[in-house]
Amino acid sequence: MDDARKLKIAGQFVSALPFSRALGLELVSLEGNVCEMWMPYREELVGQPDTGVIAGGAVSALMDTCCGTAVLIHPEAVTGTATLDLRIDYMRPATVGKDIIARAECYHVTQSVAFVRATAHDGEGETPVATVAATFSVERRMPR
Amino acid sequence: MKRPEPVQVVKERRDKALRRLVEAVPYVQFMGIEFERHGDELTAVLPYRESLIGNPMLPALHGGATASFLEISAIIELSWQLLWEEMESPENKGLPVGDHLPRMPKTIDFTVDYLRAGLPRDAYARARVNRSGRRYASVHVEGWQDNRSRLFAQATGHFLMPERDAR
Repeated sequence: MDDARKLKIAGQFVSALPFSRALGLELVSLEGNVCEMWMPYREELVGQPDTGVIAGGAVSALMDTCCGTAVLIHPEAVTGTATLDLRIDYMRPATVGKDIIARAECYHVTQSVAFVRATAHDGEGETPVATVAATFSVERRMPR
Repeated sequence: MKRPEPVQVVKERRDKALRRLVEAVPYVQFMGIEFERHGDELTAVLPYRESLIGNPMLPALHGGATASFLEISAIIELSWQLLWEEMESPENKGLPVGDHLPRMPKTIDFTVDYLRAGLPRDAYARARVNRSGRRYASVHVEGWQDNRSRLFAQATGHFLMPERDAR
């Protein structure tokens, strides 16, 4: 399958997840075991009413979706996955009004566990908005 | 001896303060999260909606919806404790708290442990503040659905507390 087609199918998959659709998440790119995903800034996602900064939970949801997709596109043909644990560090508040881009890398897969790390950027400066370390379950098609 | 306040007055003050805290946060409204209060104890409720689903095949709640629910529960619990202290202090007793928006703690880190798939049902959460100092707080949150003793997710987070005097 060529990359453009893979991106299209995975993009349809992401936008078929109701909560991802509610947040407006869009797949940006896929390459090997790396996935990039975009979340547009919207006022209904604000978590700090006095500043307008987006809710941590919305950023977590973006990161979780991006990490899960990185697991599914891993070359080792993972057929299904679910989050086991996810730790997010918020390094600075996201800039008000700026969209957020997550980049997740599934850097190791065992028989039953996938290890993922991710960063979220809003395009301002070098420091990411947040970083994530997560583990996911791995389902594989049974060998016949 | 001073007569205690009528129960209705006390309840109204507390409910109004909680409502103002919760309604101020757009993301709480986006998620549809509600809070039930008994005295100072809060239970967060996430009424089931199809838009919270992550895996339509199972179906199961989206991991991000679960994380959002637990994090909001932790932040509101912390804010509520600050507000409660202010509202019920001897010098404020009987007076409604000011109309300023309560300042919210900021999440430093948050770790979610997914114990089982979230079912297409209402979810509940209760947060416990393990430590709350002037600058930092540590909070643990438990989430369950039909059965309180079978958690579907739990989380621990650290929060940066708002400055007390800045209003």
